[in-house]
Amino acid sequence: MPTSTWLVRPRWPDVPADSTSNGTTNGGGTSDQATTDPATTDQDRLQVHSEGGHGAVPTAGVPIHEPGGPARDWPLWEVFVRARRGLSHSHVGSLHAPDATMALRNARDVYTRRQEGVSLWVVPAGMITASSPDEKDSFFDPAADKVYRHPTFYDVPEGVDHL
Amino acid sequence: MPALATYALRLGDDALVLSHRLGEWISVAPAIEEDIALGNIGLDLIGQARALLTYAGEVEGAGRTEDDLAYLRGERDYLNVQLVEVPNGDFGATIARQLVFSTYQLELYERLQGSVDPTLAGVAGKAVKEVAYHREHAALWVLRLGDGTEESHRRMQAGLDTMWPYVAELFEGDEVDRSLSTERIAVDPARLRDPWWSSVSSVLAEATLDEPAPRWRARGGRRGIHTESLGFLLAEMQHLHRSHPGASW
Repeated sequence: MPTSTWLVRPRWPDVPADSTSNGTTNGGGTSDQATTDPATTDQDRLQVHSEGGHGAVPTAGVPIHEPGGPARDWPLWEVFVRARRGLSHSHVGSLHAPDATMALRNARDVYTRRQEGVSLWVVPAGMITASSPDEKDSFFDPAADKVYRHPTFYDVPEGVDHL
Repeated sequence: MPALATYALRLGDDALVLSHRLGEWISVAPAIEEDIALGNIGLDLIGQARALLTYAGEVEGAGRTEDDLAYLRGERDYLNVQLVEVPNGDFGATIARQLVFSTYQLELYERLQGSVDPTLAGVAGKAVKEVAYHREHAALWVLRLGDGTEESHRRMQAGLDTMWPYVAELFEGDEVDRSLSTERIAVDPARLRDPWWSSVSSVLAEATLDEPAPRWRARGGRRGIHTESLGFLLAEMQHLHRSHPGASW
């Protein structure tokens, strides 16, 4: 008898068993889901949202996870690609997959079919803590008037070739 | 037709017909990620088919191009195994076929890389990396579906049961295979059966699935004997080219 839970629950750490049972739906499937609201708890951020694939499947009012039953859709993963050796991995988009291994395979097919990369990371979207758009001013504006933080602010002394 | 042309055509037709079946999944697979995965596999197969059909045309020496061979032959002239023309069925049946066929292709191409025929060796050398990925894709899904929920297990097993009568034909060699393999040009398919089974059986065991015991077996595809499905498939694939000969875009 099959006993494993391959398709039943995502296998990343600490997903509370009841966090997927409230019927919330998310038609967008974008990384907005990872945005942190000040009131958001860790549990909320780890929540798996249902998403309607191609839009052909109704999601409104459909419970995404019957207790003990299969999840209605696969969890979301963020994909990072390293284009060449020596560069950092960059975020390229997201996708759905039942688990990490399949997420990596899907990422290979969706994001590197035209030789875009030499290395791939996939990260459960719910594991990302993001800055909030509401905090943009306090986060980023203070840097705006500090030109001395840019290397171009300084004159390079004569005779120094590689600074 | 020279034996070598027949051999290339058989392998090319396998790839071409299966690529068409995989293309039928685009927009209707369980997730858009799978549309893309199956579509990619189909495109790899089209690449193999183009090289093999082109080569078959050259060896034949009658001036037929890859397009002539793909679009202007009737079903009795198609030399693919019947396995690849069987309708897709559900996702479980498609994945069952992918496991069977990609494992077969992997064993075949690994050996064909050593062919004394440089074109066949070259096609196999390029394709072997592609089909290793196809096989990996199928095996991962067989594990997840077989060792998943009760329903996924049932449907994965049903998919295997659907495809199994068509398995034996993959390993049936005839005079073409035997004469070419004696010259170390081709690989005798009979030699692939044991390594194929050792690879497939380990996946089935891990996925808690049983080897089906079919009560009949398909044969004849290599001689142009096909199921009724192939005619419909070719009608769709060839319609545009036959309606507008020479059209390009």
